[in-house]
This record gives sequence, C-alpha cells and structure tokens, in this order.
Amino acid sequence: MNATYFTPYTSILGGILIGAAAVLLMAFTGRIAGVSGFVSRLLPPYADDQTPVRLAFVAGLLAAAPLYTLLTGGGVPHTVTGSSALLVAGGLLVGFGTVTGSGCTSGHGVCGIARLSPRSLVATASFMATGIATVFVARHLLGV
Amino acid sequence: MRIVLTFVTSVLFGTGLIISGLANPAKVLSFLDVAGAWDPSLLLTMGAAVITTGLGYAWVLRRHRPILGDAFQFPTATAIDPKLVLGAALFGTGWGLVGYCPGPALVALSLGNLETIIFIAAMLAGMFAARALPSLSARLLPASARGKRIT
Repeated sequence: MNATYFTPYTSILGGILIGAAAVLLMAFTGRIAGVSGFVSRLLPPYADDQTPVRLAFVAGLLAAAPLYTLLTGGGVPHTVTGSSALLVAGGLLVGFGTVTGSGCTSGHGVCGIARLSPRSLVATASFMATGIATVFVARHLLGV
Repeated sequence: MRIVLTFVTSVLFGTGLIISGLANPAKVLSFLDVAGAWDPSLLLTMGAAVITTGLGYAWVLRRHRPILGDAFQFPTATAIDPKLVLGAALFGTGWGLVGYCPGPALVALSLGNLETIIFIAAMLAGMFAARALPSLSARLLPASARGKRIT
C-alpha cells in the first residue's frame, strides 16, 4: 500500500484535539471517551438509559468528515485495502477483540494511559505488539 | 444538553482523527511498519493526545462531579487477566490487517466506500459475538466447568 510522509505538526495538532475532546467529555458528562464501548453497547441485548448519549457520540464521528470537508474545502486522506477477505477478518478481530479486551485505541490507548491505568498500559502494549507483528508478517514475510 | 455536548465533543474527536492522519488506514499501517518505511507521525499523535488528556483530567477531576452529571465514571475492573491481554492482542491483529480501529472506521464510513461498510459490518458482528459468548458458555457449561469471568 502507499507509503506515507512524516507529518509532525498536523499529527500533533490532531492528537491535541483528540485529547481535548476526551477532557471535555469527562468534564461535562463524567465519561471516558472509549469508542468501542460506546458502539458495542448500542447493540442488542444491551439496554440502559445511556442509548441517546451513545448515539450522539457515534453521530458526531459520522458527521466529522462531512463537516471537515465543508469547513476546510479539503478532502479526507484515506487509502484502504480492497481485499474483502482482509476487511472481514480485520473487522471481526477488531470487534471481537475490543469487546473482550474492554477497549480500543481511544479508551485504553489515550484515556486509560492518561490516567495511568495498569490494565490500559498492558492492553495497549498488547495491541501495539500484535499490530506491529501483523504488519511485519504481512509486508515483510508474506509480501502482501 | 448532555446529548448536544456529547455530539459536539465527538465531532471534535473525529476532526482530531482526520487531521492527525489516524483516519487514513495507509498512515496507520506505515506507523505499525517499524521494519519498513516507518512513519512515526502517529506516535506523536498518541503522545500529544495522552499528555493533553492527562493534564486535562487532572484539572477536571479537582471538581467533585461533572458539569452535567452526578459522578465521574471510571472502569472498576483492576484484574490483568488473559481476557484483557488476549482481547487486546486480537484487536491489534485486526488493526494491523486493515489499519482501522473503531473510531477512524466510523469517521471513514461517511466517505461512502464499500470497503469501510464491509469492515464496519464485520466489526459489529465481532462485537455482537463477543458479547453473546459469555452468556452462551454460561448456558452450555455447568458452573463448575467455567472459569471465573471478570468483566
């Protein structure tokens, strides 16, 4: 797949926005910004009074790209594999893994590490290690 | 009010994913490709996000309660068990196969590509399966044969 270029300034700015959003969510609603938690608890059979809040969070993520293009006039850089087999396998693993491991890059990788949660440190080390190992096997051993 | 603020916050979150490059699977895979043409940009993103969140949390948590709620809610689990480690390991494997984690995949969904739709459908199926599994094993196995589950 395409090589990408080092983008320190925009990547730091993006990280600050992600962090600011996590802080605002905590300040106003008292909640961790964990995407996989919000999404998976929208699926049946899960029922409590937080469904509208979860829907609002998902709607905000869906609205981000159109609003970004509307306000900046720029497109969203995006290149993804065309292999259905990879997409299905990756999706199943991400969905199953984030529910089983109680979090993803946002809940464990950002919010959890920021509050020095031992569980999140271990989980982040685990998914970073297998992520790096998977890319290594795919690109350098199998040549996919 | 909670709903409006959650929406606005989430738009900000998604905008951060776009600007940083996290919403681009090619960028994520370059970040994970430490033995190849490594692009460390997203390491800076993670660092900036963690530092901002850490400083912000420290400031926010001096309050006794959130502005629009009764209490700050943190996960209560503390056990570092095989479920946590293996679950995260499976997630990382899927992340490395495609370059999507849940937030960026949802942001990319509105770009309207079939690839993203396929990924999200599979992700929701995986989440549903993981949620169904504990209750399924509870029904099929006698209590004595089951390991203790910490959720």
